[in-house]
Amino acid sequence: MWSQLRTLWEVLKHTFSRIETVEYPDEMPYLAPRYRGRIVLTRDPDGDERCVACNLCSVVCPADCIALQKTTREDGRLFPEFFRINFSRCVMCGMCEEACPTYAIQLTPDFEMAEFNRANLVYEKEHLLIDGVGKYPEYSFWHVAGKAIEGKDKGEAINEAPPLDVRELLP
Amino acid sequence: MARIEVDGIVFEAREGENLLQACLSQHLDLPYFCWHPSLGSVGACRQCAVIQYDDEEDERGRLVMACMTPVQEGARFSVDAPGAAGFRASVIEWLMENHPHDCPVCEEGGECHLQDMTVMSGHTTRRFHGRKKTWRNQDLGPFIGHEMNRCITCYRCTRFYHDYAGGKDLQAFGSRSRMYFGRTADGVLESEFAGNLVEVCPTGVFTDKPFSQSYSRKWDLGSAPSICPGCAVGCNISPGERFGRLKRIHNRYHGEVNGYFLCDRGRFGSHFVNAENRLRRCGVRVGDEEFQEIEGLEALAVLTDLAGGGNVVGIGSPRASIEDNFALMQLVGEDQFCAGFSSDEAVLNELIVDIYRSGAGRVPTPLEIENSDAVLVLGEDVLNSAPRLALSLRQSVRNESLRLAEGARIPLWQDAGVRGHAQGALSELFSLTVLPTGLDDIAAHVEHLPPEQIARHGHAIAQAVAGVGAEESASGRIAAALKSAKRPLIVSGTGCGDGEVMRAAAAVSSALRHAGSDPALLLTALEVNSLGATLLGGGLGLDEALKRLKNGAADNVIVLENDLYRRADPSLVDAALEASRRNGRVLVADLIETRTTANATHLIPVAAYAETLGTFVNLEGRAQRFYQVFEPRAPVTSAWQWLGEAGRAAGRNDMRWQHFDTVVETCASRPGLEALREVAPGADYRGAGGLRIPRETHRASGRTARNAHIDVHERKTPVDTESPFSFSMEGAQGGAVGSARSAVWAPGWNSNQSVFKFQDEVGGALIGGSSGIRLFEPAHGVPAPSYAMSQTSDEGEGFRLIPLHRIFGSDELSAMSPPVVERGGAAEVVLNRADAGRLGAREGDGIRCDLLSASAALRVDDAMAVGHAGLVVGETFGWLPRGRVVLSRDPDFRSSQELIARE
Repeated sequence: MWSQLRTLWEVLKHTFSRIETVEYPDEMPYLAPRYRGRIVLTRDPDGDERCVACNLCSVVCPADCIALQKTTREDGRLFPEFFRINFSRCVMCGMCEEACPTYAIQLTPDFEMAEFNRANLVYEKEHLLIDGVGKYPEYSFWHVAGKAIEGKDKGEAINEAPPLDVRELLP
Repeated sequence: MARIEVDGIVFEAREGENLLQACLSQHLDLPYFCWHPSLGSVGACRQCAVIQYDDEEDERGRLVMACMTPVQEGARFSVDAPGAAGFRASVIEWLMENHPHDCPVCEEGGECHLQDMTVMSGHTTRRFHGRKKTWRNQDLGPFIGHEMNRCITCYRCTRFYHDYAGGKDLQAFGSRSRMYFGRTADGVLESEFAGNLVEVCPTGVFTDKPFSQSYSRKWDLGSAPSICPGCAVGCNISPGERFGRLKRIHNRYHGEVNGYFLCDRGRFGSHFVNAENRLRRCGVRVGDEEFQEIEGLEALAVLTDLAGGGNVVGIGSPRASIEDNFALMQLVGEDQFCAGFSSDEAVLNELIVDIYRSGAGRVPTPLEIENSDAVLVLGEDVLNSAPRLALSLRQSVRNESLRLAEGARIPLWQDAGVRGHAQGALSELFSLTVLPTGLDDIAAHVEHLPPEQIARHGHAIAQAVAGVGAEESASGRIAAALKSAKRPLIVSGTGCGDGEVMRAAAAVSSALRHAGSDPALLLTALEVNSLGATLLGGGLGLDEALKRLKNGAADNVIVLENDLYRRADPSLVDAALEASRRNGRVLVADLIETRTTANATHLIPVAAYAETLGTFVNLEGRAQRFYQVFEPRAPVTSAWQWLGEAGRAAGRNDMRWQHFDTVVETCASRPGLEALREVAPGADYRGAGGLRIPRETHRASGRTARNAHIDVHERKTPVDTESPFSFSMEGAQGGAVGSARSAVWAPGWNSNQSVFKFQDEVGGALIGGSSGIRLFEPAHGVPAPSYAMSQTSDEGEGFRLIPLHRIFGSDELSAMSPPVVERGGAAEVVLNRADAGRLGAREGDGIRCDLLSASAALRVDDAMAVGHAGLVVGETFGWLPRGRVVLSRDPDFRSSQELIARE
């Protein structure tokens, strides 16, 4: 008897508590910028592709769902000839983002990727590449790396001395 | 042997050996940079520091460099002592001060010795905040990329390039912290072994340029043990594949054939596998129409049709495996089969086998020739016809400095000490060749003679060895040097196209045997399976086979992986193929488009070496198995499978082959090929833990994405029914057979330096023994045969043609590899100044050979004998007539550069 009364009380009590259910999609939840959702490829502050096709995201991926091929452009910049993420295999773990040495690959607070056809979850570079810098507005890998590219000669990177004159003989 | 103790581990090491080598032979982890098993120690990088204790009581010890410390009985060392580990960590920290933030964009990343050593030493956080030094790069040609910022000044590059390989144009420049390793100016690295810099450099200063264009990380490259198809040396290679393309060639260690190094033809000559002009489809055509694509089954029906009757001729190839050739021989019958050499070359290759079998001399392994203390090269331009041998010959002349060092009690691994003490003293190498070669700079005596005079000279040396003839002559001096040597070596071959030269080499060798010494005799053939195809035999000569077609004695022909226009008189080939096209069918099974495929009626695409498995026999008679690295796209299939299927469809009981191993089994029933079944383990072999050996590394990436654009459902991994390798990362490396391993990798050792973990001892054989089996051993105990000079007449008008070989361009397949095309030169005719004057031609003018209906640019070289013309073998000149040939100046000739410029 006592147990039944207590149950009734417990249930009725909820009439006065706050509603947790969100009226999605009319009402959108707040997702922090660090939320691990849909993966994007970002651009340098100068607007060019950040990805240098180093393959680290691909090798660290526990689902093996990233494949890419490196190629070199005429201006000396390395970039992926193709970059493919199979989101039907992706577990949104974010290890690719952690591994990326150029901040190119970033996870975004977007999870609305459902598809009827699994093949539509295979994203190529044109689907992944966005027009912004994402979470890291300042960083530009090519201005830290020692390799020269068009517009950034040897010795012009951050914390670099100008190229040495090998013929100099002074002690 | 000496017992030493390292961190409490007591083991035996060779007395006097350096400690680094002793530790690595025990498979202990000890960081190093400047030391290399083939280059010795110089103690420059200070990375292999260890603590040495004076005795059992000593607790403090002192810091020594392991690579400069000889092993002594009872010595105690510590690698892990804080003093040593801390010293090594600070050395790495200094080296990393100026190292750029390049790993993500560096081709060495993931197989970088510097990365490995940095991790091993525990240097993780950068403390230096000063500015990094930078250097300008150089353009070093189509093979090698240069990124000087990454240099750690270990000097390995110049020590390999200059000291080991004899290159002149890569040097160390500058002083103190401005050191620079490069050329005096931009330009192609001249050495034929420059590609080894990619593996010798412990970091990414020198990188593989063609690989960089379509780069994949080492962990993503699928591989299987393979054999270089570039020449007859049979170097072991590790081709790397990704996304169905051959990406690069790396050295695969073999303790008897190629050691740690390859030549550039081998390293950069394999890109023909991806070439645009690969045959990818079956084709048929009527008359002069274009080829129409047909289904594989239709093509097979044609092949089956040809299988039964005797109205067919089968032409094999020395660039196809023994098994492929054997399958064709079975299909058409031995009497209708021809091995595919030009009729002249067939005789020369048979002569090699005869001489080897006769016991005229011991047949050395390609690496064994490094131990020779006197060498006679007769007629062969080794650097261009069997390039890897030239690197070994270059080491052989160092034996004098090793002898001197032994006398002065300098350890032989003390590289700087040995070289400094010897002051450039070299053992004797005598070179008698047609034109100057890349070995002339180390030769004690050089003569440039036409082949028949080389042969005469050789026979004179043989007589001088036997005690006949003047001792004052050059022959007498050479004979005396060979006789007094402990390990004399005679090298000759088929390169200059004259069997008399090889007979003279055999005569010298057998004369030395009569005189009581134990000479080594190595004869070079020209193509990867020249000796294999020769041993297989065949009833027909090529000229005979072509005449049969021309006369209508046979109507059909099956050509396997062979461009007949390079093997026989082009007019005869034209006539034969035309007759056969008219009367029957010309079925060409090849992997790439050639002049022969253009004249076929039916085309069948066959797999390249990296896409199939088979056996090649190298110039010492060693049969070696190469395995399939990746699957070709259908309908491209192995030749033995096409031919086997056709045989089965034709109801041939002797061709009921289920698998490759049954082909080997049947083939081994032929006399002389019995050993073929023991060459390599069969498909039922399993490695460690009873598992298959994976082609992919355990870190291979992108499995669920690489084919997702075609089909989002992952493809079932194909099962390899022909070999013990799997097409995935499943399985385990290692096992009883040391060479059955698709990659070298050990924890902490991602670079190729990790190979020491799989060797019995550093620089020795792989654990489980060296791979490959000699198909014949020379007769022992029989009296050495004598070879007499046969008389040839040398009269008449015109020029005698001498084939000249080039490392880049003379080998048919590697000449189609884009980087080699960029590096190689155009065809040439080499004439003496007097002869050129007589023809009224100057350097660069066109010289025409009407008989071959081909022209090439003239190069004047006074070393060429009067009345002789050297023709560079390649696309322009393949087959050369034997008699005297009329040459003339070609006023209409335009060099390829001129043609390009005009366009």
